Amino acid sequence: MDQSTIPTLLGLAWLTPLASFVAILFFGPKMGHHGKNAAWVATAAIVTSLVLSIVAAGQWFAAHPVVAVDHGGHGQHGDDSGHPDHGDQADHGHASHGAGPALAGDWYTLYEGGDLRLSIGWYVDALTVLMFVVVTFIATCIHIYASGYMHDELHDVTDHEVTLRSGAHLHRPGRFPRFFQALSLFCFSMLGIVIAGNLAMVFIFWELVGICSWFLIGFYYERQTASAAANKAFIVNRVGDFGMLIGLMALWGALGTLSFADSTVTGPDGNASPRPGLFSLVRPAASGHVLQVPDGMVRFAAADDVARITAQNSGQPAAAASAVANEIDGWRSKGIGRWLLFIAGIGIFCGCVGKSAQVPLFVWLPDAMEGPTPVSALVHSATMVAAGVYLVGRFYPVLTPDVLLVIAYTGGITLFVAATIALVANDIKRVLAYSTVSQLGYMMLALGVGGWVAGLFHLVTHAFFKSLLFLCSGSVIHACHTNDMRKMGGLAKTMPWTAGTMLVGCLAIIGAGIPFVIGLSGYYSKDAILAQALSFSQANPAHSILFLAVAGGAFLTSFYMFRLWFMTFAGEPRDHHVAEHVHESPPVMVWPLVALAVLAVVAGWTLPGGFGLANLLEQARPAGTEATSTGGFVFGSLVHPAEHESHAGAIHATATMTAFTTALAGVLLAAVMYLWKIVSPALVAGMFRPVYSFLAGRWYVDELYHAIFVIPVLGISRLAAGFDRNVIDRIIDGVAWAARQLAGIDAWIDRNLVDGLVNATATATWNAGLWLKHLQTGRLRQYVMFIVVGTVALFVLASLVFRTSLAG
Amino acid sequence: MIGNFVQPCLAGLLSDPVSVTHYLVVGAILFVSGVACMAMKRNALGVLMGIELVLNGANVNFVAFASPWLQGAGARSLGLDGQVIALFVILLAAAEAAVALAITLNFYNNHSTVDIDRADDLKG
Repeated sequence: MDQSTIPTLLGLAWLTPLASFVAILFFGPKMGHHGKNAAWVATAAIVTSLVLSIVAAGQWFAAHPVVAVDHGGHGQHGDDSGHPDHGDQADHGHASHGAGPALAGDWYTLYEGGDLRLSIGWYVDALTVLMFVVVTFIATCIHIYASGYMHDELHDVTDHEVTLRSGAHLHRPGRFPRFFQALSLFCFSMLGIVIAGNLAMVFIFWELVGICSWFLIGFYYERQTASAAANKAFIVNRVGDFGMLIGLMALWGALGTLSFADSTVTGPDGNASPRPGLFSLVRPAASGHVLQVPDGMVRFAAADDVARITAQNSGQPAAAASAVANEIDGWRSKGIGRWLLFIAGIGIFCGCVGKSAQVPLFVWLPDAMEGPTPVSALVHSATMVAAGVYLVGRFYPVLTPDVLLVIAYTGGITLFVAATIALVANDIKRVLAYSTVSQLGYMMLALGVGGWVAGLFHLVTHAFFKSLLFLCSGSVIHACHTNDMRKMGGLAKTMPWTAGTMLVGCLAIIGAGIPFVIGLSGYYSKDAILAQALSFSQANPAHSILFLAVAGGAFLTSFYMFRLWFMTFAGEPRDHHVAEHVHESPPVMVWPLVALAVLAVVAGWTLPGGFGLANLLEQARPAGTEATSTGGFVFGSLVHPAEHESHAGAIHATATMTAFTTALAGVLLAAVMYLWKIVSPALVAGMFRPVYSFLAGRWYVDELYHAIFVIPVLGISRLAAGFDRNVIDRIIDGVAWAARQLAGIDAWIDRNLVDGLVNATATATWNAGLWLKHLQTGRLRQYVMFIVVGTVALFVLASLVFRTSLAG
Repeated sequence: MIGNFVQPCLAGLLSDPVSVTHYLVVGAILFVSGVACMAMKRNALGVLMGIELVLNGANVNFVAFASPWLQGAGARSLGLDGQVIALFVILLAAAEAAVALAITLNFYNNHSTVDIDRADDLKG
């Protein structure tokens, strides 16, 4: 089936939010009263994107039917042959990296010189298509919801959280269009990351996502906390992006390409030559897609030996090249170039650590709560934090087992740290924020232990239920005008829809379900992660702590989620001021909740024909990752069991029962403490006072960073400022003073000598004129006499001077 | 000293056959008369007459230098150019007289006199 329209459809879906951004940027304030219609423009754009994405997905499914995967681990791949080229000179047709079907190509070449080729291109496989639908769907819900939630911005706003120096509250005009403008740009950037065909393009949109988050987190930029949170998010992400740049340089410097898929480059002589992409360089089809250090990296790392061989064969480039080629396998078996591949993987992962808020760069995400709640929902589910996990998934074939181990441990630590903080947080949005960090840790851990499908499956299901939870919390905040859960309680009666949908979200995130029968979306994805972690632990007993982290995290998750739900919706109102004017949110806010709740329930289901997220993702699984891999570069005994092994009866049953019991235990404990109030939370907190304050202090990570980064930087800044003020400024002031003095002397010379000379000339001329005017007597006859006398005198003179010639 | 210089030129003036020198003497007399007239007359019309005399003195010179017969054989003469220049001078004299008479008439209109000693309005 012809799928040539899929990249075009996705490209249009990607650019529509950009059009909306540009339109609102220039005409936003003119769109209706206070820019009211900007919401319609942005929503229309994202709905268009959603429709285009769904059409593209439909075409994709028609071309590559999603069917059940047999547990032999050989995914069903579509028939790749007979696919027509799209005409673009840089078009690659099907990327032939061997595994699931993928389309790749370039729309536009930004720059081409030597080996360097920067282009705007696409890499479309099942994962891309799925992410497009998920991102645009969630963004649509959030746009609709936000057009209700942000209605305060439609008129002048008095911000009660900003007190001016005069003591009054800040009064400012509403910024309704600005919000939707940034939202559109945000969607555009995220879709750009998803569709990107090369790492350079990923990096561009990576940074665009960063700047969008800065705009939106700092939406209430008059609030000190909001602007600080926006800066924090941006700066912390820069730290990760620095690592990413190193990774990009390692790849580019050694391999000379950043594109994922193979391509065909037409040279100036008109000859098309194949140009392998990253995936087939690291996992060549010739060697069965087994991970190996690419030739370029070996050559790069053994540059001295290459130079020696070239010198020995000077004058015979062909002989030198073949001599080097003969040596490469030997060098590779000695491990030369391994570190380069390791650094490349770790570097790219550093960027993902920043974006996906992993330890140690997770501190920005909870602070990002300062933005409006729809933004939190978007940032936490479908866009920013998803970008990091998505990139790890996309880049997965290039990651070595050692890098995967680092990823797994980072994820494990993150999920544990964040879950423990969420236990004691009282701000409803903060609980959700730490829950997001924790769930991202789950995803990273899943990817790190070899569960490619499990990690990305959880990314998608989590996107649904986390955006649902955030929008629910936004609905609660909208009604209560406070974030503090201690002032809520008993809201289920007044806000039934919100309470019900939030309950669905909570059940989804803890992975509720009837074991082995049916469950909510989280049930399937979390089980997959647990099963893979268990499988990994059994294969590597030394790393079985990872399974414990996952299981413990599942318990903590269910405890804090139901603590949140019970504190907010169950029982009696704690604060009657708050409870008095609580109301259910308007339909425009409730409908997105219902839509997301439905998806949070069904997203994990697999239809009888085999159609389901897990099988869809299985289709996109990178080549060479379906089988068990053994041996890392550093940890020789590392085993990454094949993912299909985790579906085996024993492992799967254990994982499912573990997930069920831990989740149940967490819910029961939460109910004991917050619903039935058998055990007072304050009593427990008192018993474990040091632990409680350590967790309430959020592991003091912010304080630690303040002490070891912020304070030294401020100290150095103060030193530099002092040097600037006392030394450099002094020198500059001295130079300026000297210049002034010199200028004074110069001015005196100019005024007295130069001007005096000019004036003296003028005076002399004047006086001469005065004297000469007396010659003009006005007597004509006198003039005639002068002429006559003068003429005669001249003649006499001439006759004296020229006497000889006259006489002669 | 001047006598030494002038005497050989004028010595044979009355005895020699008519030559350029004779014409030059007549021209010089006319010229000097004109200049004297310009320098002494207070009447503007008299001054104009003096100017005519000066111009005509010069004309005599031109014509004399142009004549091939007055010059010795083989000597160079102005040829027809002399007569042509003389005609130009006459023409210019007429034009000049017209302008000068107009000025004089205007001067009379303003000052009720043609005394050039009264024409000192622009003196320094």
